[in-house]
Amino acid sequence: MFDNLTERLQKVFKTLRGQAKLTEEHLDAALGAIREGLLDADVSLPVVDELLAHIRQKSLGTEVTLQLLPDQQVVKIVRDELLELLGQPVRLQFASKPPSVWLLVGLQGSGKTTSTGKLAKWLAEHGHRPVVVSTDVYRPAAREQLAQVAQAIRQPCFAGTGLDKPVAIVRGALREAKLSAYDVILVDTAGRLHIDDQLMEELSQLKQELSPTEILFVADAMTGQDAVRSAGEFHRRLGLTGVLLTKLDGDARGGAALSIRKVTGAPVKFVGVGEKYDALEPFYPDRIVSRILGMGDVLSLIEKVEKTVDQKKAQKLAEKLRKSEFTLEDFRDQIRQIRKMGPLEQVLGMLPKIGPLANMPKNLEIDEKQFKHMEAIINSMTAEERTDHKVIDGSRRKRIARGSGTSVQEVNQLLRQFQEMQRMIKQYGSMKGRMRGMGKLAGLS
Amino acid sequence: MLTLFGKPEPTLLDRLKQSVTKTREQLGARIGPLLAGGRSVDPQLFRELEASLLAADLGVRTTKELLAGLREDAERGNFQDAAQLKEALKKRLADLLRLPEAAPAANGARPQVIFVVGVNGTGKTTTIGKLAWRLKQEGRPTVLCAADTFRAAAIEQLEVWAQRAGVEIVRQKTGADPAAVVYDGLSSAIKGSAEVVIVDTAGRLHTKHNLMAELEKMKRTAAKLVPGAPHEVLLVLDATTGQNGLAQAREFTAHAGVTGIVLTKLDGTAKGGIVVAIARELGLPVRYVGTGEQADDLVPFDAPTFVNSLFD
Repeated sequence: MFDNLTERLQKVFKTLRGQAKLTEEHLDAALGAIREGLLDADVSLPVVDELLAHIRQKSLGTEVTLQLLPDQQVVKIVRDELLELLGQPVRLQFASKPPSVWLLVGLQGSGKTTSTGKLAKWLAEHGHRPVVVSTDVYRPAAREQLAQVAQAIRQPCFAGTGLDKPVAIVRGALREAKLSAYDVILVDTAGRLHIDDQLMEELSQLKQELSPTEILFVADAMTGQDAVRSAGEFHRRLGLTGVLLTKLDGDARGGAALSIRKVTGAPVKFVGVGEKYDALEPFYPDRIVSRILGMGDVLSLIEKVEKTVDQKKAQKLAEKLRKSEFTLEDFRDQIRQIRKMGPLEQVLGMLPKIGPLANMPKNLEIDEKQFKHMEAIINSMTAEERTDHKVIDGSRRKRIARGSGTSVQEVNQLLRQFQEMQRMIKQYGSMKGRMRGMGKLAGLS
Repeated sequence: MLTLFGKPEPTLLDRLKQSVTKTREQLGARIGPLLAGGRSVDPQLFRELEASLLAADLGVRTTKELLAGLREDAERGNFQDAAQLKEALKKRLADLLRLPEAAPAANGARPQVIFVVGVNGTGKTTTIGKLAWRLKQEGRPTVLCAADTFRAAAIEQLEVWAQRAGVEIVRQKTGADPAAVVYDGLSSAIKGSAEVVIVDTAGRLHTKHNLMAELEKMKRTAAKLVPGAPHEVLLVLDATTGQNGLAQAREFTAHAGVTGIVLTKLDGTAKGGIVVAIARELGLPVRYVGTGEQADDLVPFDAPTFVNSLFD
């Protein structure tokens, strides 16, 4: 969907091959491409222009080395520049005397309440005793939402029943934390616009009251150019200590991370990557830089595979493969897991378009329907047929085709594919067996 | 709407004035001498215009295309000064946004079914509350259908809005099959004499395959009960959204057949320019604009006012 930066630069530098140095002219064209790439990734305009000035200085006069092509060289300079801006991961701040207070602030809909739940779970898993409290007395059912979240993650929530002033609520939470020996209070605040003077003032008051050790700005990864203004204003008023970037499980490039870091200096401390409460991760600057530059995100792909694949099922499958007992049922599991990873185009999109993948068609259309049909065919079989495909004769094939809304040809094709796979697995299994035998001979196992 | 009686409803212009004043006062946003009359057309002017459009989230491609067209006209000597060029740019923008208004109510279906969809946190539930309030003012019996059975307290939130607006709500438990809630909601609307049913759906990222399939299922359920339903599918888009908004619009249109956009949170400093890119590529009209948290903070979209606000 997006042109990646390497591709853009390759075009720019086509004419450069064979020259000893990057010239100003080439550089201008390259910087233009970089600028568009960063803007497409939602990095704010003033931040882009400042970055470009740096990159220009570093690139000018850079010698074209033999090891790297000029486009790779420039990409490296850009990458390093962005990494430098994002900085290294930073430690979380706790109070010397508990309870520590962490304040979560941000615009409406950035994901504060869900993130509060995720953080509580994360803290509990890291040996803390957190309690959550909502000071959102404005949005309908906001406090109810946090209470339900807390219940789902089995962590305590200070309800503040009968209290309707944020300051009164947090005072109650503070008392409760001391009584029950909670060591971190997570304060979920109402979403607000950075230009809403009254509500921003309310946050300052909460800050004074609580002396939080962390003031985390919860920001949507899909945020566009406005990120510099909203984050800048929150920072000016409150002094942010960190950023929690949410909704990174979508396909947003997340350039806002750079903008926010630039205007606030606050490091990203966590990223939200899903709707489940364990979908919270530490921040890896190199991953987001690859993402912003559209260079493929192999690490995320690996993680996605690991997350989607059911470990238990995978082990069972390995066992079956060893015994060469691969059935149609296992085949269906495989199809399901592939489908669960999401649109295959998106999965392929995570791969860098270099090396053997460089010539992959850009808008590769994969027929997801085919997988759907395959699954339907197997679903239309009886349990007996699934465990032993040999019983599937002509009349059964007709029935299966009718049941799955496909044709006998498609059923035949699936059975052929399955048999082919089974054959390969048998070969693999016996090969492994032989290898093990050889290992024994050599005294290796 | 319904302005025959009582005071006229505030327009987008009134609302934006309120919030823009706020912005100007507090952030001292520069409303520069950009394009004041008499200024000549020069490369610097184009650079400034480009910066304005990019900063409003129109995106590189749309911005380039708009300015290329203007440059051609400028070379032909069509503009006396900067002010004329600015007017031409505004006209191009407004033309992009002024799309043939489908009149959803006019097709006479009863009940008229509206689906409200979008990614997480854009303001779907709040928008529905405001829409319900609007319909109530117009005297049109409305049923809200709480089909966001996933997010914690989403149903409770919609209930509060139903109460505020004084309209009926159909709900099940959290975790229920959303298609089943759609079924209940529509059945109840058919039995009663509701004119409009608004279906609240769970926020979902457009990249989540299974959740997009769930939307399709809900649509099929609706169509079984009311032929032609849903008659309107509104994509709620947060004005702070950047270039990802285009991907959202593409995917939701492909899976849920979006017919219009509600642009929310325009009372902040974000411009919401991504709707221009969306109109250019997908031809989706903006129907309403959200400008706050109160029940009456939803006004019909008005292209010229919106275009002007891009340059403030």
